[in-house]
Amino acid sequence: MKALLLRDLMLAFRSGGGFGLGLAFFFLLSVLVPLGVGPEGGMLGRIAPGVLWVGALLACLLSLDRIFALDHEDGSLDLLATAPIPLEAVVAVKALAHWLVTGLPLTLIAPGLAVLLNLPPAGYSWLVLSLFLGTPALSVIGAFGAAITVGLRRGGLLLSLLVLPLYVPTLVFGGEVVRRGAEGMALATPLALLGAISLGAAALLPFAAASAIRVNLR
Amino acid sequence: MLSLSNLAVARGGVTVLRDLTLSVQPGQALILRGPNGSGKTTLLRTLAGLQSPAEGSYDLPPDSVAYSAHADGLKSTLTVLENLAFWSRIYGGPPIDHALKALDLVQLTRRRAGELSAGQKRRLGLARLLVTGRPVWLLDEPTVSLDVASVAMFADMVRDHLKDGGLAVIATHVDLGLPEATVLDLDPHRARDIQSTGFDEAFA
Repeated sequence: MKALLLRDLMLAFRSGGGFGLGLAFFFLLSVLVPLGVGPEGGMLGRIAPGVLWVGALLACLLSLDRIFALDHEDGSLDLLATAPIPLEAVVAVKALAHWLVTGLPLTLIAPGLAVLLNLPPAGYSWLVLSLFLGTPALSVIGAFGAAITVGLRRGGLLLSLLVLPLYVPTLVFGGEVVRRGAEGMALATPLALLGAISLGAAALLPFAAASAIRVNLR
Repeated sequence: MLSLSNLAVARGGVTVLRDLTLSVQPGQALILRGPNGSGKTTLLRTLAGLQSPAEGSYDLPPDSVAYSAHADGLKSTLTVLENLAFWSRIYGGPPIDHALKALDLVQLTRRRAGELSAGQKRRLGLARLLVTGRPVWLLDEPTVSLDVASVAMFADMVRDHLKDGGLAVIATHVDLGLPEATVLDLDPHRARDIQSTGFDEAFA
């Protein structure tokens, strides 16, 4: 399983692997929103939590279809399915690799972009914590969606339609943590729920995704 | 080691082959012949466990199969060595030096798989079988895009595998130069009347 993780990371960093695409998108969004909204009235600081979370979510979405589609095209998925690793573990490892390449870097650059969006300073640490807890759910749910659409030609759009509604709870609670943190309010409840979504998704969805792949490979 | 009893296989809900009863012992090779669409690939995918039999059953020791499909499962941005080392680590099989030598890939280890010719890619795909350490090989058109010398190299590799007590099921149209292999003509086993099983796979 370590071999699979290392291979996926290596592929992501090699040319055409797509590393940085999501980050660049997140960066551009955070630069463009202040230009569009304008400086007056403290509006920017108020919408910053939501904008940052929507940005992170869309940036995650960009690279989802690569999780299984590339392996399906070149035949590796058939071979992985007949390999000694259980397919559930393959899904979990691939979701982890996706998070390491997308979710974790997003979390790390988010404070820098929060400056551009004029997020109140009290919210910075909560922004990082909420993304750290919430982005794993985005990767795992995304891997599930990618598993369902794996055999389809141009499944990318369908994947977005499938996955975005499932991202809603993560977005709601993630944005709420940052908003409350920025305003200095109590935030234990949304934070706990955010963590719960990630843990629940990571525990259950690899099994669902593996059955979806088995059906799609038949 | 491998035995089929009354096996029927289906593709897209349509039975393509039926009444397959046979057994293959260690050290034997079975060559599947039949026109395009006769179900060679479907049979191999069923034996590999990628789909379930339509009827009947087959028996294989657990974790014994190495499957090689039309596509080689190579990553074009990884080098030959990295591609092979990955599968070796996944299977925890024997070291890869032997596989590189057996398919004459030693000169190419640092090249990226994307820069190889079609025949070289195929050889790399076949080298993967050697690093799996699995006794049962299921090979789907293994000699596509191989030249005469490489086909001979492949035949030697299969012969060594059989000598070590392995077995191979090979779907092919060309003569592999394996006179000892049993040939199974799939034509008599084809499901003549194309009939749907009346069962939509999407709801399986």
